[in-house]
Amino acid sequence: MTPAEFWNLADLVRRRSGLVLTPDKIRFAESKLAPIAGRFGFRKSAELYAELAHPREEIAQAVAEAMTVNDSSFFRDRAPFEHFRDVTLPRLVKARETQKRLRIWCSAIAHGQEAYSLAMMLDDAGLAAQDWKIELVGTDFSAEAVSRARAGVYSQYEVQRGLPIQLLVKYFTQEGENWRVNDRLRHMITFRTFNLLDHFGWLGTLDVIFCRNVLMYFDEHTKSDVVHKMADALAPDGYLVLGDTIGSVKLRPRFEESDLRGIYAKPRAAGMKPARAAG
Amino acid sequence: MKHCLVVDDSRVIRKIACTILESFSIAADEAEDAATALNYCRVNMPDMILFDSQLPGTNGLEFLRLIRREPNGHHPVIVVCTTENDVEQITEALGAGANEYIMKPFDREILESKLAQVGLI
Repeated sequence: MTPAEFWNLADLVRRRSGLVLTPDKIRFAESKLAPIAGRFGFRKSAELYAELAHPREEIAQAVAEAMTVNDSSFFRDRAPFEHFRDVTLPRLVKARETQKRLRIWCSAIAHGQEAYSLAMMLDDAGLAAQDWKIELVGTDFSAEAVSRARAGVYSQYEVQRGLPIQLLVKYFTQEGENWRVNDRLRHMITFRTFNLLDHFGWLGTLDVIFCRNVLMYFDEHTKSDVVHKMADALAPDGYLVLGDTIGSVKLRPRFEESDLRGIYAKPRAAGMKPARAAG
Repeated sequence: MKHCLVVDDSRVIRKIACTILESFSIAADEAEDAATALNYCRVNMPDMILFDSQLPGTNGLEFLRLIRREPNGHHPVIVVCTTENDVEQITEALGAGANEYIMKPFDREILESKLAQVGLI
């Protein structure tokens, strides 16, 4: 791939998904484009590279989707999920005990492991049996990734990365060499293809947003835009969960870090002061 | 420093497991059969046992039960590591006292993930 072709690719990907491709990703890009070239009938990858300046719509989308990073694992990094189970969820359950409704968005789900991790925790909390309405939405830019997530089928290798064996036995059934998430868990999640560059209106007001290990791939303008849209979508007492590596994402003044690294809340309204103990 | 006993009849698997464990600052010893492992545990109960439940001439489930019946037998985290990977076998191992289960083949990332899950790292 020539430098000019790479820049055409980088421009296409940035405009479509917000992801920034730096020149050190040229080998990664070539390896990802080879199957795309085959799928669309190009005899050589070079023919696809030449098309990148003015690609057909379906090729442009396939190329942009292929450049996304879909590596994930169950309960990735553990701490954010333990915090969700032990702190965030109990606080929100108390705050919403009248409405009995929680809305959680897991964005950039890749192949769905993190969304299913949340579903397992929510199921284990037993809220549905207490008439709670739990809405868990899982989205990703890549239609192929969403399709895989919706299918909920994982290899033996994938189910051994982060998933406690007790949860594998409880929520999965074996299918040959693979493991399939059971229907109850799959039906807890609404899967949808969604681009973080688009409007968030359809999501409504959310109590928790998981957006882990994504923002650092965006340019500064896109990072800022997504942070503002997430702040607008989040309830005043909601939580934003980002990855450990957020790079130069500017979260203030819309968010401030909570009691665990990588988990953010909206600042309290100006003038509000903590209640002072009597005496 | 945490201390793990690796029980596997394959010398290669034992060496690989020990090398990975030591890279996480976990001291590792080896046993090639269940009888040796049981004698070892009676003298020096480790914090973790990484155990191949398909050792020749060994009933893996019985080994788990024997360990759990020992004084301090509740102490070690027991991770079964085997090529047996159906739900019934996993459930039996958990019922006999295993805390976690690794389906072979495994690599450093899987072992690291399991060590984190059982609180060893």
